[in-house]
Amino acid sequence: MNVQLQGTPTLETRLTGKLGIADGDIHPARKSSTDFHPWLAKRWHDHAALFGTPGRQGWQVGPAYPKSQPNASRRDAYPPEGGRQGSSLSFMQAQHLDPNNVELGILNPLGVGQGMQNIEFSAAMCHAANEWQIAEWLSKDARLRGSVMVAYEDGPLAAAEIRARTGDPNFVQVLLLSRTAEPLGSRRYWPIYEAAAEAGLPVAVHAFGYGGAPITSAGWPSYYIEEMTGHAQCCQAVLTSMVVEGIFARFPSLKVILVEAGFAWVPPLAWRLDKHWKRLRAETPYLTRLPSEYIRDHVWFTTQPMEEPDPREHLRDTIDWIGWDRLIFATDYPHWDFDDPAHALPLAIDDEQRRKFFIGNARTVYGLNAPGWPAAARQANT
Amino acid sequence: MTVPPPGGIDCDIHPAIPSIDVLLPYLSAHWREQVVTRGLDELNSIAYPDNSPLTARPDWRPAQGRPGATLAQVQAQALDAFGTSLAICNCLYGVQVLFSEDLAAAIARAVNDWIAKEWLDRDPRLRASIVVPSQSTELAVEEIERLAGDQRFVQVLLLAMGDTPLGRRHHWPIYAAAERHGLAVGIHAGGSYHNPPTPVGWPGTHTEDYVNQAQAFQSQLTSLITEGVFSRYPALKVVLLESGFTWLPAHLWRLTKYWRGLRMEIPWVDRSPAEIVRSNVRLTIQPVDAPEGDALNRLIDHMQSDELLLFSTDFPHWQFDGAEALPDGLDATLVRRIMIDNPRATYARLLEPVA
Repeated sequence: MNVQLQGTPTLETRLTGKLGIADGDIHPARKSSTDFHPWLAKRWHDHAALFGTPGRQGWQVGPAYPKSQPNASRRDAYPPEGGRQGSSLSFMQAQHLDPNNVELGILNPLGVGQGMQNIEFSAAMCHAANEWQIAEWLSKDARLRGSVMVAYEDGPLAAAEIRARTGDPNFVQVLLLSRTAEPLGSRRYWPIYEAAAEAGLPVAVHAFGYGGAPITSAGWPSYYIEEMTGHAQCCQAVLTSMVVEGIFARFPSLKVILVEAGFAWVPPLAWRLDKHWKRLRAETPYLTRLPSEYIRDHVWFTTQPMEEPDPREHLRDTIDWIGWDRLIFATDYPHWDFDDPAHALPLAIDDEQRRKFFIGNARTVYGLNAPGWPAAARQANT
Repeated sequence: MTVPPPGGIDCDIHPAIPSIDVLLPYLSAHWREQVVTRGLDELNSIAYPDNSPLTARPDWRPAQGRPGATLAQVQAQALDAFGTSLAICNCLYGVQVLFSEDLAAAIARAVNDWIAKEWLDRDPRLRASIVVPSQSTELAVEEIERLAGDQRFVQVLLLAMGDTPLGRRHHWPIYAAAERHGLAVGIHAGGSYHNPPTPVGWPGTHTEDYVNQAQAFQSQLTSLITEGVFSRYPALKVVLLESGFTWLPAHLWRLTKYWRGLRMEIPWVDRSPAEIVRSNVRLTIQPVDAPEGDALNRLIDHMQSDELLLFSTDFPHWQFDGAEALPDGLDATLVRRIMIDNPRATYARLLEPVA
């Protein structure tokens, strides 16, 4: 975050700069709204021009709550050649990928068609966003991997897009947004999990979106800070739904990655689920294990925005409870609350923990553990 | 779990309204006729389905009638069994689910008068929260003013999932009245169900509904802090009832981080959220959503205060078995604080003699 750090990072944390890292949450942006036109039928060009691209909120353009900075992005991340933050590969390379030793960067395009009111338009946009990732990003930098964008409010449409990308090494996950019309454990989303499991792709759920319901179960709050804080509550509801509705019992090979949701809430939620599920289990006979066990075996979390206890040492307990093999380092570049890999984890940790946290867990969950990565990946990509 | 020492102050018990018939004598002729003529059903919200295992412990279910619906039952099972010195009655009745604010106000008045007459008058160990028609701030304040002279009412009762977040300014006259009269504001699990019970819509199961109550509390805490309720009413005490508490440290880490990054948006919040919670917010101990042993003590360490937790049994909800109302491994000083000191420091009215 663009705020004063607490305490002084240890020497060890500074040295993470030497390690090749993964970044599980990078946001590429379009240079212009016409960037998708090569992959979008003329009908949809006209549709967008006439009616716009409304989501489930009141503004024609822009977020429900005004962000803290333009495009919620770092003011120093505008590319020198113009365009919004995150829209230039060369500047992303110069400002982030190269200096931070990013060895594996996962692209999570936002605001490119998911959650739109018109579901067919949404599906067409998501398809175009996938082609755009390949053409403008993935084919040009071997460190980057893409997300299969899907119109998640329609399970069959989303599943078709996943099946069309199966086996394409450009894509390492399916991307959903957290604020859906119904909780993500609901039956309408099962075709997505079925297709993802078949394709061997993890399903990533990125905080934010346009489900239509207030970000709190007590109605709409007033402020951006409440929405930002509220994504943790929202993602708790998402994970609760997935576990209790039995997604992991029904799709035993499914992996889920919660992105930009925070992670310190995970242990208390898992304990709460365990405790009350034991009392109420007559309601969910299809669950054969404790909720915490499903979470432990099926769910990963990206780290940004990293919680910041004071003292920081408390975070060690949290990570011990979650497991050092379950966190995927992420910066959220180019967004304003970027976590700098040199400062984000000021705990003294051993080499193995550091390797898992910054790169190893990502390689494992994305299936990129093959010997020779990233050289082999570069070769495959070029 | 372990048996608490006697003499504790139980900050969350739930006497039940046996049926709407008992409220009829406490309704005006107009509302009595409305209830009877229109066939108004029992106002029992879906938060606690009657026969759900959570709603009542098996050994606290009577052969007939609703759990906790008679004074004798509450005395034997909730008071005598734990050697409780004082207990605060939080009557959960679906007043808040109604859409008519007039009807809600009438039922709330009846519930409060019934509690005073049938419970508080008959056992000196009992105290109560004022049930208010939160659909209307004006009528809620009227009800607080009507009862504030009775020192046995120690708190105003709100629910975790209302129509709008509790920090929103239109609720503030409730906090002004509470602060003025030395009443705490208690927020209990449950809601109006006028919004979906999760930020992503309606869940498919009761299990999710109950688990998600903790997230509702997190959102309310965010709202109360960011809107500036505690900046405006610094003496106000807010108590989260049946909220769980193990989520608190993680929530404050996130909220405090965002406060550092976004406080330009809410400049009236001039202390960190963690500091505000330590001075103004308390939580009842049941349910204890944590494993026993080291993890719980680590969590209590993360809370960075021994003043936050208040003893509760959550009677008759099934949160523990036997008389073992406290988790294992708490040190004796902390237990004394949870049982007695913290409740007394939270509820100013518990220190007042009652007529």
